[in-house]
Amino acid sequence: MNLHDSEDILATAAGWRAAGELVAVATVTETWGSSPRPAGSRLAVTKSGKMAGSVSGGCIEGAVADAAMKTIETGAPQLLDFGVSHERAWEVGLACGGKVKVFVEKLL
Amino acid sequence: MTPDILAALQQAKADKRPVVLATQLPGGEQCLLPDPNRSAALNEAAAKVLHSDESGTFTVDDVSWFLHAHNPPLRLIVVGAVHIAQALVPFATPCGFATTIVDPRRSFGSDERFPGVTISNAWPDEAMDEFRPDSRTAVVTLTHDPKLDDPALDRALKSEAFYIGALGSRRTHAARLGRLRALGHTDESMARIRGPVGLDLEAVTAPEIALSIIAELVAVRRGSPLGVRKKPE
Repeated sequence: MNLHDSEDILATAAGWRAAGELVAVATVTETWGSSPRPAGSRLAVTKSGKMAGSVSGGCIEGAVADAAMKTIETGAPQLLDFGVSHERAWEVGLACGGKVKVFVEKLL
Repeated sequence: MTPDILAALQQAKADKRPVVLATQLPGGEQCLLPDPNRSAALNEAAAKVLHSDESGTFTVDDVSWFLHAHNPPLRLIVVGAVHIAQALVPFATPCGFATTIVDPRRSFGSDERFPGVTISNAWPDEAMDEFRPDSRTAVVTLTHDPKLDDPALDRALKSEAFYIGALGSRRTHAARLGRLRALGHTDESMARIRGPVGLDLEAVTAPEIALSIIAELVAVRRGSPLGVRKKPE
């Protein structure tokens, strides 16, 4: 990976996949309010526990990584919904008051 | 994501070709756009996303799509492989700029001083003709030497570069404008040149000046009021 790829999380994820890792990629698809990362921001996660990038200011990465493990196992994509006004299973809200949707998919 | 889509995305990136990764929500079916086999409405929505460089979720033909813009990196052409250029590169790269350094003086523009950066030892006007700055390109001159800076600025003014900056004091800049006027550039056109370059941070050291330049670049790119220069009195 060269310097120009420091924000290219997909390239990092593809590198991991090529090395034989099981990889899921999470992408912010929609934001409302003061969410810290714009649509298109990515977080890559491997089954072995590697992480690169971000989909928030750090508030939901743990929950997204948990969901990514499930997608790695089942192969089924997920559309996750985070926000202070949403009473979701994880009880993980964005402290800043924003809302985000995150799409999680497996690199096949 | 299928290996085919991933490979096609990476190929587009290597070719510096803008594409949109379209993902149907919530199901996850994916394709790359533009694609003549997809509807005109979907291709149009993708074109808009590429133009604004803002990805988002859109309902097209009653289907929800996440349209993810994958534009080639912004470009930064720096004329002058000087100390400030060395300080500027480590700021520019993570901010999404692919940097090219232009300096015909080989002892300045060497791989050793700029590891991993594209360097051209061509004369600045020839280099600019080759790189052809577009609306996603910034040009910054740092040599302080009119015979290097002026030809680069001349070409930059004839291009659609979204940012043109020139290092030098107000007095140096006034003299520079005089020379460019003699080349046929109008005051209106020359108002595009930001001189002295960078946000006014009262910067002194090379890293501080580099920070002021990258700060102004980001301000202009993102449409911040900080990126708008007041007219000189």
